[in-house]
Amino acid sequence: MLSELAEIGVLQIHFSGGEPTARKDLVELVRHASDVGLYSNLITSAVLLTKERLGALAEAGLCHVQISFQGNEPIVADRVAGFKGAHAKKLEVARWTRELDLPLTVNAVMHRQNLFQLPDIIQMAVDLDADRLEVANVQYYGWALKNRAALMPTFEQIEETSRIVEEAQTRLKGILAIDYVVPDYYALRPKKCMGGWGRQFFNISPSGKILPCHAAETITGLEFLSVRGDHSIAWIWQHSEAFNRYRGTGWMAEPCKSCEFREIDFGGCRCQAFALSGDAGNTDPACTLSPLHEQIFQQAATEAAAGNNRFIYRNFAGGTPETGSDHGA
Amino acid sequence: MIATRSRNISVSEASRPLLPRHARLKFDETRQRWVILAPERVLAPDEIAVEVLQLCDGVRSVEAMIDQLAQKYTAERSAIATDVIAMLQDLADKGFLAEARERTP
Repeated sequence: MLSELAEIGVLQIHFSGGEPTARKDLVELVRHASDVGLYSNLITSAVLLTKERLGALAEAGLCHVQISFQGNEPIVADRVAGFKGAHAKKLEVARWTRELDLPLTVNAVMHRQNLFQLPDIIQMAVDLDADRLEVANVQYYGWALKNRAALMPTFEQIEETSRIVEEAQTRLKGILAIDYVVPDYYALRPKKCMGGWGRQFFNISPSGKILPCHAAETITGLEFLSVRGDHSIAWIWQHSEAFNRYRGTGWMAEPCKSCEFREIDFGGCRCQAFALSGDAGNTDPACTLSPLHEQIFQQAATEAAAGNNRFIYRNFAGGTPETGSDHGA
Repeated sequence: MIATRSRNISVSEASRPLLPRHARLKFDETRQRWVILAPERVLAPDEIAVEVLQLCDGVRSVEAMIDQLAQKYTAERSAIATDVIAMLQDLADKGFLAEARERTP
């Protein structure tokens, strides 16, 4: 399959998850990707990696490592990751990454309960000699939507965050690149999600389905074809109903249809439009032009201000609230 | 193996730049154009940038590159110098350029 990807013009591969390091054959996969000329990125939580395995991945031609962090304070970080000692392990793997001269991206998933740590996280990335820091905000579909009340930052936090990031970008030019995206709920224009549906990226799920983005299966009513089926990957990309449904601008209704920004953001995120409006063909409510924007913005601000910090953990029964009193942040 | 640095680079005519391991200049057969592959992104350099990057081997100085290009295009040396240094500095600021370390005496 990696050879097929290279032949049809794919340039980069992200080994992501789930957790890619749980694959026993990851080193062989990376080696094959290198052999066929694919640029390989490892997107990992890092908790399963040993020094030997990381060395083997580097030797196999791995091009870049991205490690996700949940804050810079072990107690909060381990509570979100649900794994004791996770934070110390991540730091260790980050140091090995740089010892091997692999470029390192620190991905920090930010939300209301850890945003206060941002200056420390920036310093942590510098201390780790990371090349890039991605300050990502939790995306509110799937599990995080259920936990939105506990995760949504306040408006004041967003303003403070933007100020901190801008200062650090100037101060650390040439040392650490910082990518930062304002959370959707507080943005005026939606994100150009995935660079537009079926334009630049696709995702192959653990079960083999070819998806326009990793969350696309949260949209009901779309049929995603598998690499194990009768069609080639190129065919699925070009001709399948699911890829063509929201590709380009032809599918759009108002206010997107006549919008001057329609080819800039392609209507935002289909998954978020589905999660919040019930129809993936609607404008992403992150956009101020969406009729739902005002209501959802108000709700998010109210939830954030209410300050319920208790998480609902993922399990097979549909989620269990964290026990005990609310944790202060 | 050339000893390199990749942080806080200030490109000058004395610099001897090279692409770091994680930034790869590659000809994309599908799209019939040169690309730079970098962590989670693809850059599309123009023809001149490609020519400059092909000269970045960690041995040749920026001064020598400018001389070579000025001769080839019979262009004003100062204009070429400004463009080449600005282009390389931009890449360096994004973290996609390394330079050979000066040998310490």
